[in-house]
Amino acid sequence: MSPADAAAPANPLAIPVRSGALEYNEEVIKAFVIACVFWGVIGFAMGLYIALQLAYPWLNLDLPWTSFGRLRPVHTSAVIFAFGGNALIGTSFYVVQRTCRARLWGGPAAWIVFWGYQAFIVMAASGYVMGITQAREYAEPEWYTDIWLTIVWVIYLLIFVGTLLKREEPHIYVANWFYLSFIVTIAMLHIVNNLAVPVSFEGTKSYSLFAGVQDALTQWWYGHNAVGFFLTAGFLGMMYYFIPKQADRPVYSYRLSIVHFWALIFLYIWAGPHHLHYTALPDWAQTLGMTFSIMLWMPSWGGMINGMMTLSGAWDKLRTDPVLRLMVVAVAFYGMSTFEGPVMSIRSVNALSHYTDWTIGHVHSGALGWVGFITFGAIYFLVPKLWKRERLYSLRLVNVHFWTATIGIVLYITAMWISGILQGLMWRAYDQLGFLQYSFAETVEAMHPFYVIRALGGVLYLTGALIMVYNLWRTARGDVRAEAPIGAARPVLAGA
Amino acid sequence: MGTFHQTIEKNVMLLLVLSLIVVSIGGIVEIAPLFYIESTIEKVGGIRPYTPLELEGRNIYIREGCYLCHSQQIRPFRDEVERYGHYSLAAESMYDHPFQWGSKRTGPDLARVGGRYSDEWHVAHMEDPRSVVPESVMPSYAFLAQQPLYYDDIAAHLRTNRIVGVPYTDEMIANARSDLEAQVHPEGDNAAFLKRYPKANIRDFDGNPTLVTELDALIAYLQLLGTMVDFQSYDAAKNYR
Repeated sequence: MSPADAAAPANPLAIPVRSGALEYNEEVIKAFVIACVFWGVIGFAMGLYIALQLAYPWLNLDLPWTSFGRLRPVHTSAVIFAFGGNALIGTSFYVVQRTCRARLWGGPAAWIVFWGYQAFIVMAASGYVMGITQAREYAEPEWYTDIWLTIVWVIYLLIFVGTLLKREEPHIYVANWFYLSFIVTIAMLHIVNNLAVPVSFEGTKSYSLFAGVQDALTQWWYGHNAVGFFLTAGFLGMMYYFIPKQADRPVYSYRLSIVHFWALIFLYIWAGPHHLHYTALPDWAQTLGMTFSIMLWMPSWGGMINGMMTLSGAWDKLRTDPVLRLMVVAVAFYGMSTFEGPVMSIRSVNALSHYTDWTIGHVHSGALGWVGFITFGAIYFLVPKLWKRERLYSLRLVNVHFWTATIGIVLYITAMWISGILQGLMWRAYDQLGFLQYSFAETVEAMHPFYVIRALGGVLYLTGALIMVYNLWRTARGDVRAEAPIGAARPVLAGA
Repeated sequence: MGTFHQTIEKNVMLLLVLSLIVVSIGGIVEIAPLFYIESTIEKVGGIRPYTPLELEGRNIYIREGCYLCHSQQIRPFRDEVERYGHYSLAAESMYDHPFQWGSKRTGPDLARVGGRYSDEWHVAHMEDPRSVVPESVMPSYAFLAQQPLYYDDIAAHLRTNRIVGVPYTDEMIANARSDLEAQVHPEGDNAAFLKRYPKANIRDFDGNPTLVTELDALIAYLQLLGTMVDFQSYDAAKNYR
């Protein structure tokens, strides 16, 4: 790229380190990092438990509050909003301070966001196990929790914008564009999708403002953009800061970041109807949703290329730096699942994949691979800095985490591809006499081995996360493990 | 691109406002027309608001997260229509706040489960799913049969539904409580109830006449699902969208 591309807006390395008395607010970021790891472990464990329930239904324990239907939202909210949300808010506070060379605006307000957000998580999850839910996927919290989150979110937006306003850098760094659009869009989606009328202000139950087909599209406009903005735009912000820092290279292309930013946020919003193919949603809306979903492939890969190619001239670091490897494999998973997504949005493909485990596998290649790995990478980057340690306790343990989790993901998504396609084909199979070949129950029975393999993948992913917890804990304590550097030339044994 | 974009990336408010405009367009173009294009919801006969008991049953369906494993949306494919019945119409969920179309079929679609199984089958199935479907991975919902249905505030539920657009009349709201009880007492005088909710199923759904349980409500809801539209008189070609 041209030398101009290496200028400040695309290069966090070109932003001078802040000097003088003013310090960054790092205590609150520490709290977000701890919360992120804590909820991450809970969310992964909950996912493993409900995966096992599908393989061994006695694990529902015949109790109302341990049944799959109540625990599944606990899993999805814990990983998306608790693990992902704390990662996003925490890293955005870190990145915005560093790239603006300004202390977080609003003083103690950042702590209100921290505790307010944890309270939101506890309110939501405790509601689910008691059966308090709006029954809208990924928007299950009832009206009172929604109002609470809205207040917390507005304070978050004010802090973020306030910090940008008092920046000392002339340009707003690209990571902050993504964080800002994520915060603003999530506010819009959250408010519109949760419009509801409570039965009484003393009770928990509400009825959604919209019904049927309009409600369905509103929900999937929200649902798909929870993916598009919470799990994509926000995490792209993370990618745009932490990959250049860890690789010690400027972002590959400033121009590409501009083009794919605007294209991504414009196109994503249209993609919701692909969750409603062949339903009672009018065909025109389905076709629009499919068309924009396919177009979305391009800006998605724009981001992937920009992240991946940032390693130009630094590829050798992949051999010696497992933290960078986590980040780069995250971007690879991002590329893979943003290719798979447009394919699945094609109506004839969706006819097979919809309602099956293929969708579950697709979500998890994005969630475990992209969101999980880029977060792990950022946390491994942050913890030594925040706790003022020279380096991580052990890079070799990061390597073990990387491989354990990667094998876990591969088991997970291949099991779900096979079970999803198998079930889709069994549903539509006819025998020679023109009768449906399989009863529904037979297709459920056929899923069993894949559900066991999927759970095994979950065990590995959770194990990897626990290894990370141990590594981070030792790092925070200030321990350093005596170990040979990764990728160093092996000693040649004489006479071997 | 350079100078123009430099202006944006040096101005927080400009960046914020432009982002908000850019992310608003798709939703406005796709969702807003669904509220005013008349053909969005088909013209069919037979759709009525839920009875108080069915509404309570639906709320139990929501509470237990049934939508996470069961869809209520049959697609227009040969295999689905043969397995589940006529493909779903938008009109069939026009009073559903929220919609429960679902996104996953760990269990079968339930859009037309009404009338397919006996009440006794549902009672046995909720008590122990594997006693009637050995391959099932569904949790047991035995507690529903023990749990008395709480319906002291049923009128408030109907009133809230009216606020969001369900055509419950004053009469329906005034009689909500007695209508709920009438639906599980076939021996009583049900004429007024049936006038308000035509063709409603009236029987003791859970086989326990001494108590109105959550299972009564849930089975009443399940037995209604997909049975309201008269497809003999439905003109598919006319309603194509």
